[in-house]
Amino acid sequence: MMQTTTTSRDAIFGAIRSALERGPLPDARRAELDGRLPRHTRPAQDEDLCERFIHKFESRAGSVQRIASRADIPAAVEAYRASMQLPRRAAVGAALKDLVWPADWQVHHGRAGIEELLSITPSLAGIAETGSVMLGASADSPTTHNFVPDDHVVVLEAANIVAYFEDAWALLRRRAEGMPRATNIISGPSRTADVEQTIQLGAHGPRRVHVLIVGP
Amino acid sequence: MEIRSGEFKKRAVFAIHDASLQQAMGKARDGFVGKRAQQAAALPEFETLREEAKNLKNHILENLDHYLERYEAAVTKAGGQVHWARDAQEARAIILDICKRVNAKTVTKGKSMVSEEIGLNEALIEHGMEVVETDLGEYIIQLANEPPSHIIAPAVHKTKNQVSDLFEAAHGGPRKTEVADLVNEARQVLREKYFRADVGITGGNFLIAETGSSMIVTNEGNGDLTQTLAKVHIVTSGIERVVPRLDDASLFLRLLARSATGQETETYTTVSTGPRRAGDLDGPEEYHVVLVDNGRSKMLAGRFREMLRCIRCGACMNHCPVYGSVGGHAYGWVYPGPMGSVLTPLIKGLDNAYDLPNACTLNGRCASVCPVKIPLPDLLRELRHMQHRQALSPLMQRRALKAWRFVATRPKLYHAGEWIAVRVLKLLGRKGSIRRLPFAQAWTDVRDLPTPEGQTFLQRWQAQRGK
Repeated sequence: MMQTTTTSRDAIFGAIRSALERGPLPDARRAELDGRLPRHTRPAQDEDLCERFIHKFESRAGSVQRIASRADIPAAVEAYRASMQLPRRAAVGAALKDLVWPADWQVHHGRAGIEELLSITPSLAGIAETGSVMLGASADSPTTHNFVPDDHVVVLEAANIVAYFEDAWALLRRRAEGMPRATNIISGPSRTADVEQTIQLGAHGPRRVHVLIVGP
Repeated sequence: MEIRSGEFKKRAVFAIHDASLQQAMGKARDGFVGKRAQQAAALPEFETLREEAKNLKNHILENLDHYLERYEAAVTKAGGQVHWARDAQEARAIILDICKRVNAKTVTKGKSMVSEEIGLNEALIEHGMEVVETDLGEYIIQLANEPPSHIIAPAVHKTKNQVSDLFEAAHGGPRKTEVADLVNEARQVLREKYFRADVGITGGNFLIAETGSSMIVTNEGNGDLTQTLAKVHIVTSGIERVVPRLDDASLFLRLLARSATGQETETYTTVSTGPRRAGDLDGPEEYHVVLVDNGRSKMLAGRFREMLRCIRCGACMNHCPVYGSVGGHAYGWVYPGPMGSVLTPLIKGLDNAYDLPNACTLNGRCASVCPVKIPLPDLLRELRHMQHRQALSPLMQRRALKAWRFVATRPKLYHAGEWIAVRVLKLLGRKGSIRRLPFAQAWTDVRDLPTPEGQTFLQRWQAQRGK
């Protein structure tokens, strides 16, 4: 197989260059392309970042709650859990391990199992442009937490809300560990319109996504 | 998938008389067109973004070899593997090989038009694997044993009633009739499959050369469950889908959701970079990308390069009066509507899809909404020229065109002919319309031709010229 792939690779590159009527690009041109920095138009925004994030996220059927500090997370989640009448069990990203969860809760930090109903995860950033949260896969934030449970609670530091996608990419580039294996940008609950164009929430992913914005 | 574009006329007639199809298409048409128009109107920068996206795609295509090399190196660095497939057969062989090596029994799939293009499902099933489409629309048509009829809404031709029937037959009763219950039933059934899957296959909306990542954009989250829970993740994508940097992808993201489903963004934008890492609690153990050429490098030369700008949003078919009347299946292969009428003849051969470039009124709506400004009517017209030059068009048609040219290049003869024709048509008319016209019965069978009234265009033109 490897043999075929190598031959095919050469054939495809050959076909591309012959279609472009040239050989491989000279090194100088390649260096120029590598140094190219995109400066595309970004849609204008004139709102406060946090306010824009909230109204955009809510416009996509998500819910948002502001809390003063990290220590307030467990109480806020408990109130949410009770209002949704969920059992006292949650998959919690290990990044939130240090918080004091209610004593009668069953909390685990492993991957989400098929019966998982509630998860609480950290996030890397909020994007005000579209009202989206950005989550990065790691041992502290397994990707299954973002997609398997019915209810997904996301912790977002207010200071991490950025204006545009481009700002979020810049944040990823600054990480010492580089790109996460999976970067999930999430704008509200899962939805589908595949049956007669009728929008239905909770297609395969979470039925509800609740964002806790921490800090001023 | 076997091509049946040669049956376009027969299938189109069948589609027009299919009441369920017409009901489903009517709903879709209004929804897609209205929502896109709202989004475009709400974004003052929309037209600027279209122009920038067109230019960016042109830049990528001019330097495609460079960006593909950079992308491949970055994927490898992230621990993934890139495979190159010249055609559908090679692509199937590569994917089959991976599946067999890991002894795959269940393969889940996120939506991927390239996998349809290469006929992947049939090949995997033939080798004894259970293949499960997880996008709700794809799941519905898999149960119906049909190909997709739209590139982003594959089951757009199905009514709720038909979905109820399919689900009842597949899952057992009781029969669900509410959309919420139908969606929930599929959710429960597919959940088990995600957790059981050995291999998860998704498409790739964009391939990022900067980071070696694949990006998928979905609303349901099925693609994410597919690629996160399977042991092996395989991405299938066309070679033209590479973009230099993440910042380039965001330009396309702004156009894609608005043009496709009429949303500011889709629910999930996922960037995948390599396989599971040390310490990770989930994610695939292997990450493969199969890059498919299948006629694309040939398109890169000459006029049809512009078609490679396509980001597969489906806006062209949503705005096409022909697609809106006959639905996607009439087109007979994987890609329907205006983009499909260009791609199908180019990938599968001009002689295999004669009717497709001709199933177009050249009204231009597709080009006016295309987020990357592909001049689809011009490309379709060019395909017609090619058909004519290769003598693929019917002999009668070529003779008639020749006769037309003879007359049209001789103004006196033309005017005399017109004078006679107008009088003959007036004689044939009854109460302002003509019910039957000899030599044009296919046209008058389904509608009346208005009787010419007053002066001809040329007469009025000449009368106005003095003013």
